[in-house]
Amino acid sequence: MITISVEIQILFAALLFLIGLIGLLVRRNVIFMLMSVEIMFNAAGMVFVIAGAHWGQVDGQVMFIFILAVTATEVSVGLALILQMFHHFRTLDADELNTLKEDN
Amino acid sequence: MNTIFYIAAAVALISTGIAVSGRNAIHALLSLIVSLLSVSIIFFILGAPFIAALEVIIYAGAVMVLFIFVIMMLNVGMEKEMENRWLNPRMWIIPSVLSLILLIDFIYMLRAMTHPEAAGRIISPKQVGVSLFTTYVLGVEISGVLLLAGIVGAYHLGKQRKKVIHRFLKKETAETDESENIKNS
Repeated sequence: MITISVEIQILFAALLFLIGLIGLLVRRNVIFMLMSVEIMFNAAGMVFVIAGAHWGQVDGQVMFIFILAVTATEVSVGLALILQMFHHFRTLDADELNTLKEDN
Repeated sequence: MNTIFYIAAAVALISTGIAVSGRNAIHALLSLIVSLLSVSIIFFILGAPFIAALEVIIYAGAVMVLFIFVIMMLNVGMEKEMENRWLNPRMWIIPSVLSLILLIDFIYMLRAMTHPEAAGRIISPKQVGVSLFTTYVLGVEISGVLLLAGIVGAYHLGKQRKKVIHRFLKKETAETDESENIKNS
């Protein structure tokens, strides 16, 4: 199998997480924000799998399956919320949702 | 094998960057699917074939189809000149090239895996399943409850209250609503 050190593998997962985080902070389109959250979930699960492969244990993969279940739930509810947001406000821009903001 | 890992990692980083920074949602989703496929190859290299299969089936299959459904329903930003955009090779050439690289990577990896010494510490699906349903059976129950809550929540939030947003149906339904109101009054 591969002889790459586990630090480099975790560094790769961290880079993937960082891209997702930057996307979540920069983009204002809610669909892209949800996609960035997906990327971050994926990177976090990858760290579990890397650690499990490093120690030769199955627990990392089991945790990834749990993360998969959480992700599926989050995506379905999030997409339903996006649909409702589009019905009410006719926009996908997260900054447009300022109904509760006070007028200065 | 190390080269395969580095190639797949580079493809994953590039396609994720494209997915996050894209303008069009569908094109970003295509790049995200390529990213998930390369992550799946990395899982395969790491000795987790079951997780690699789950990554393709659930992430790149189910979750991304859900995204595509919602984007198609909302129909944002792609109302004009769709065919011109689709026929423009600039839009699909990058994901295609990245997928081609991944395919070559994958074929090379499968040929390399046939050597007996290459099959090192592979954790088989059987081990994962046994651990999942003995040690972590409580977690399985809890995630089942979570999925049930997700179904109920998505159904409740997704219910439409007499408001049709599709642009073709919008005018007709508005008129029928008005006529119904007149009838009722």
